[in-house]
Amino acid sequence: MTPAHESAAAAGQASYLENPPGRRGVFASWMLSTDHKRIGVMYLMALLSFFWVGVSLGLAMRLNMLHPGALMQAQTYDELFTVHGIVQLFLVIIPGVPVAFGNFFLPIMIGARDVAFPRLNRLSWWVYLTGAGIVVLSLFISGHPPDTGWTFYAPYSIRTPTNVSLAVAGVFVLGFSSILTGLNFVTTIHTMRGPGMTWLRLPLFVWTLYATGWVQMLATPVLAITLLFIIMGRVLGIGFFDPSRGGDPIMYEHLFWTYSHPAVYIMILPAMGIISEVIPTFARKAIFGYKAVVFASLAIAGVGYWVWGHHMFTSGMSNTARVAFSLLTFFVAIPSGVKVFNWVATLYKGSIRLDAPMWWAVSFIFLFSIGGLSGLIQGALAPNLDLHGTYWIVAHIHYIVFGGVGTALFAGLHYWFPKMFGRMYRERPAKLGWLIFFIGFNLLYFPMFVMGAEGMPRRWFDYSAQYHTGQMISVAGSWVLALGLLIIFGNLILALFRGEAAPENPWGGTTLEWHTPSPPPARNFPGEIPVIKHVSYKAGGNG
Amino acid sequence: MAEMETAAEFRQNRMAAKYGMWFFLYTELLFFGAMFLLYSVYRYRFPLDFHAGAKEENLYTGSINTLVLLTSSMTLAMAVSAIKRGQQKVSERLQMLTMALGVVFLAIKYYEWHWKIAKGLYPNSPVLLKLPKGEILYFGLYYALTGLHALHLIVGIVVVGFMLRYTRKGVINRENTARLENAGLYWHFVDIVWIYLFPLFYLVTK
Repeated sequence: MTPAHESAAAAGQASYLENPPGRRGVFASWMLSTDHKRIGVMYLMALLSFFWVGVSLGLAMRLNMLHPGALMQAQTYDELFTVHGIVQLFLVIIPGVPVAFGNFFLPIMIGARDVAFPRLNRLSWWVYLTGAGIVVLSLFISGHPPDTGWTFYAPYSIRTPTNVSLAVAGVFVLGFSSILTGLNFVTTIHTMRGPGMTWLRLPLFVWTLYATGWVQMLATPVLAITLLFIIMGRVLGIGFFDPSRGGDPIMYEHLFWTYSHPAVYIMILPAMGIISEVIPTFARKAIFGYKAVVFASLAIAGVGYWVWGHHMFTSGMSNTARVAFSLLTFFVAIPSGVKVFNWVATLYKGSIRLDAPMWWAVSFIFLFSIGGLSGLIQGALAPNLDLHGTYWIVAHIHYIVFGGVGTALFAGLHYWFPKMFGRMYRERPAKLGWLIFFIGFNLLYFPMFVMGAEGMPRRWFDYSAQYHTGQMISVAGSWVLALGLLIIFGNLILALFRGEAAPENPWGGTTLEWHTPSPPPARNFPGEIPVIKHVSYKAGGNG
Repeated sequence: MAEMETAAEFRQNRMAAKYGMWFFLYTELLFFGAMFLLYSVYRYRFPLDFHAGAKEENLYTGSINTLVLLTSSMTLAMAVSAIKRGQQKVSERLQMLTMALGVVFLAIKYYEWHWKIAKGLYPNSPVLLKLPKGEILYFGLYYALTGLHALHLIVGIVVVGFMLRYTRKGVINRENTARLENAGLYWHFVDIVWIYLFPLFYLVTK
């Protein structure tokens, strides 16, 4: 380190990526860091690594459909879809946007030097790694990986000889990481807002993190105790969900979905937040109806807590309950619709620049709308009886979770990559990767809507001849999608090492993260924290 | 960062600590809430079996334990007000008394479990599995709920132990009571959970 560097580091001016002077090696310095930016980057790397594990498992499942039985046994297929679900949901998408981009950008966007509890933040990261480690252990330790499906439905999850206890314990631990992150973010937004940053001047991404934080705090404990009961059932023989011991498996479903439906909003709300940042920036226009988008986020979090029953229309519930849950499900579509309307209205008469992040954002609106509208069809009672447990559900969940949250994650990755790493990626391969991904995605999942409507059951390892064409299109689609992903990741990894230096504000963004160097200094802003004078998204920003 | 915190930062941190603690208690409420939900559903389904199961509980030890835990909440609250008046020694003694009362509670609880286990009433036991289904559930809930409550109390005792250390070192002092207050909030929460567990298990039949 040159003397100039050292004095810069001492003054807190050096980039957060540079190792602070001291005894610690690079690895220890990152792992022990309480800097929210470093924690965010580590989370991002872990998430994207697990994402590829999940993608590989998904590709293997599709490959089975080429010729069921030739490649793997039915038991192996069961284990594949279970582990695919656990990895993609609990290790990637649920922590997803908040822990990676939320950690990195929340404090910068509200004009703070760090989150409210930096050491708790580091603890969440360690807890996440521990939970992920336990889940991975359940795959390789003696015996078989879990084969229950990611939902761990009782009583099968209590009786199967596979390594369910370990996998469930891993998810239990991951839940604590999620709770601590939510608690930290909500407290940060309440107490750490910078000068002039009133509630209704907060960037929309921050608002979605706020709503998400509440859902994380209010829903995750229910999952924790429910999973603990599964473990107690397996280890101690306490049969709360075991009919032979008086228990009721439907109670498991209720408790599980009390968490796992709000978990969908834990995933999608921050994804919507990213879209609400990207679209105004690339349309060169303030967001249309800022307050409507804010209240829509809060409404989604609020109403989303009361719709879990729509996962259980065929499980055994009174008609009154079914009608109520179905009606509430329609209600939750309203704020989501408000958001889509506001994004499209922001584009209207904007000066639109179609860089890579914008392509991702626009395809988010397209794919999320398909996912959302298909959700209304299955949320209505009569069609649900037909569609429940079919490929339709698989298509719906992937349009929401992968087509929605996944594309938003890529939008965020391309939008904030220059800020996080201080390098620009190449624009043409980024767009090419997006195009191939988009085509592959629809080839892979759209036929599942058709097959599901025709009755193809989900989680089946084999299929009858009538679904052959659909399955083949879908398998081919999985390869196209994988090719797209390879291009996207190759391009970004190359940029990490060879990309040109990024300017402070490459896209003309107006929120605070664009008013500090790329990559930001360890203390987030080189000097004083900028004073906020008006709502975000005004041309010229707050600089 | 080895910088002195400014007065504004001090206030900000204190406020954050309070917010954080209350949010944490919300999550704890839902954690126990799910268990209470199971209790209410299963008791609604098997009222007579729950009635029969609750006959096993010892009202005397249960009442003594309730008294012990309520007193411990009082001593911890007194420890907070003592430190606010600057009476460090008094506060230390009250914190020690709180920990001791917590241990007494656990000891009595240990004997209650012990008596039941001696009768063969524990999860998955041959005796228990011959009982009606509602009673199997009742004892499952008893062990799960009182067990998790005891686990919370053990955590509480350890936490107060740390607070005692901080008070001795002077980290917790007249001006800086946030940690002790938060430990108190947690302790009172564990206490409140017991206030609900007591009637649900001990007073069902009486």
